[in-house]
Amino acid sequence: MATSDIGDIQVAERALQHHFADMEQQRDTASFGMWMFLLTEIMFFGGLFCAYLVYRASYYHAFVEGSQKMNITLGATNTAVLICSSLTMALGVRAAQMGKPKLMVILLLITIVFGFGFLGIKAVEYHEHWVNHEFPGPSFHFETGDPAHPATDPQHTEIYFSLYWAMTGLHALHMVIGIGLVAWLVIAGLMGAYTPHYYNPVENVGLYWHFVDLVWIYLFPMLYLISKKHGG
Amino acid sequence: MATAVQTVERENYLNSNYGIKSWLLTTDHKRIAVLYLISITAMFWLGGFFAMMIRLELLTPAGDLVSSDTYNKLFTMHGIIMVFFFLIPAVPAVIGNFVVPLMVGAKDMAFPRVNLLSWYLYMAGAITALTAMVTGGVDTGWTFYTPFSTTYSNTHVIGAAIGIFIAGFSSILTGLNFIVTIHRMRAPGLTWRRLPLFCWSNYAAAIIMVLGTPVIAITLLLVALERAFHIGIFDPRLGGDPILFQHLFWFYSHPAVYLMILPGMGVISEIVACFSRKRVFGYEFVALASIAIAVFGFLVWAHHMFVAGISVYAALVFSLLSYLVAIPSAVKVFNWTATMYKGSISYNTPMLYAFGFIGLFTVGGLTGIFLASLGIDVHVHDTYFVIAHFHYVMVGGGVMAYMAGLHFWWPKMTGKMYPEAWAKLSALLVFVGFNTTFFPQFILGYMGSPRRYHAYPPEFQVLNVLSTAGASILAVGYVLPMIYFVWSLRYGKDAGPNPWNATGLEWMTSSPPPTHNFDETPVVTWEAYDYEHQPQEEITVGH
Repeated sequence: MATSDIGDIQVAERALQHHFADMEQQRDTASFGMWMFLLTEIMFFGGLFCAYLVYRASYYHAFVEGSQKMNITLGATNTAVLICSSLTMALGVRAAQMGKPKLMVILLLITIVFGFGFLGIKAVEYHEHWVNHEFPGPSFHFETGDPAHPATDPQHTEIYFSLYWAMTGLHALHMVIGIGLVAWLVIAGLMGAYTPHYYNPVENVGLYWHFVDLVWIYLFPMLYLISKKHGG
Repeated sequence: MATAVQTVERENYLNSNYGIKSWLLTTDHKRIAVLYLISITAMFWLGGFFAMMIRLELLTPAGDLVSSDTYNKLFTMHGIIMVFFFLIPAVPAVIGNFVVPLMVGAKDMAFPRVNLLSWYLYMAGAITALTAMVTGGVDTGWTFYTPFSTTYSNTHVIGAAIGIFIAGFSSILTGLNFIVTIHRMRAPGLTWRRLPLFCWSNYAAAIIMVLGTPVIAITLLLVALERAFHIGIFDPRLGGDPILFQHLFWFYSHPAVYLMILPGMGVISEIVACFSRKRVFGYEFVALASIAIAVFGFLVWAHHMFVAGISVYAALVFSLLSYLVAIPSAVKVFNWTATMYKGSISYNTPMLYAFGFIGLFTVGGLTGIFLASLGIDVHVHDTYFVIAHFHYVMVGGGVMAYMAGLHFWWPKMTGKMYPEAWAKLSALLVFVGFNTTFFPQFILGYMGSPRRYHAYPPEFQVLNVLSTAGASILAVGYVLPMIYFVWSLRYGKDAGPNPWNATGLEWMTSSPPPTHNFDETPVVTWEAYDYEHQPQEEITVGH
């Protein structure tokens, strides 16, 4: 074991960039940088959440009607898929930390499969909305199916769907980027880049993955659930 | 000169490596700063060219030089280039990039490759925006107000918006790098209370970059989506709210004004202390005032919207909060003045620019108080008074500070002295030219001359001619440094490590610094601006 430890430390020394004093400083710095980046991501999504809040207050009934069109079964399945992917991601980071690169690669590959699963289910939902003309723009068409609120302006449901597409679309883009990053970790992991002394990239991509998961945890109730009950 | 004459040229960041590839793939913060310097200077001249076209058009009351459509494009492109591609990156990305790692005693920024990426993003954004301008231009004003920008404008709004979007990520990454560098890369002993004020103010600016820029990014993305797909978010015909755009836009763009001035304030703190040979008066207050400006800056955005249809109660609150910004700003001005009091002042070029900054920023700041009060704002809204106000802050403040910093650290960046006499002349020209250009605009605006028109009533001509004449003087003031800086690269006197006999870690290494900045990591055991214990020597260079 002693020789493998020395090997690990050598890998770690190669990974130490010239401008840091030691691995600890490098690790803290990388982690701090990632948290700052996630802060900017919160602000980035924040603009859309702000728009959602304003328009939900203004056009509540339109939002109720729009959310009737959401497929809760698919949405809930996707939520479960993402939570599972976060678990395998977290276990993958743990495996890297414990010095089990093979286990890490397997767990990350499962994470990628979950990621594609989410995007696949999302694509089915997008397709449904597309064929039902629930895509903002000239082809948008919405029947107000709610006789209790005949005054609901279909144009206002278009704003609901604009926000739906923009928010879930931006989230899906983050998923695609996340899958790319995890794939990069798998390749680097196979080449033996990570040891218990050096696994910052695994940890940081893990943070990113959990963040993207967390955005969905907010999007799902906001877009699918919270207006549903009052609609009937 | 205190420094011994060096017979063999030391290895430094400029001569350690040659060739275009060693520059384009560099991760050295000093080289990246030079890359920024070159690209930002190019953008400055382009923005300046548009400004000259505007001033030439306004030489006569009739709209005779350019059509009104062209005029709209000219002021839009002037604004976009100067705000997003010059003022926001100028001090942080050029001077900050070069000096902050040196000041904290680090070998580089925390994330050198991210630093290079941010320059490439800046270039990609600039090229995208320039392409939009060359292929037809944009006429919305730099503020992209909806629904004009989303529905009615027949110009290249999407291209310009995408360009700013990309450049925004450059700004985010620069800010992130500053925050992490200042937190994690400080030399042993360099506590927060020993940190130079330039680092404090860049830290405050970085907070704005990191928290504000993502919001303008998503907002401009929505504008582009609205134009492309008519998604209705900002389109009143679909129930969208154009005022929401203004809220989101100014949530970033007002703090961005402080983002343009804060790093400049840091430059002034360094220079005032150095050329007064005194520790900055009330160091802690000046440091925390930077943070206070950054924090208050996020709470005042709707003072841009007093006549846009927000509730009068909201307007009252935003007016009150806007007054609050005056407190930390005044703390800085008073403390700089107190630093100079009984100091041993020398009148070198950086100090001349610093004098200019303090005076002009005060005028710009005080007229900001006028504009923050509801009654006066309603009266002078959208007039030249507003133009004059923010040019006093951004040009009189921001650009003056940039020029001050460039002169102050030029010997460090290049190892050469600029010609002092010419530099003093240019500082004088900039000051005179600036005031001649923009002071008449206060009067014009107060008399009711609206902004963004290419023609005006004949009785306004005298003041407009004065303004255009001033702009020509200002242009000469900016051309001169360009010439003598380049001249000094070849013919300038050798600067030595510390030509100003200044404190600060950046002056303890050679000029230009070696690639790794310090031969050994410095250990700091003294306060910032410890001029009392600095050997008292005359600043000999340039006399």
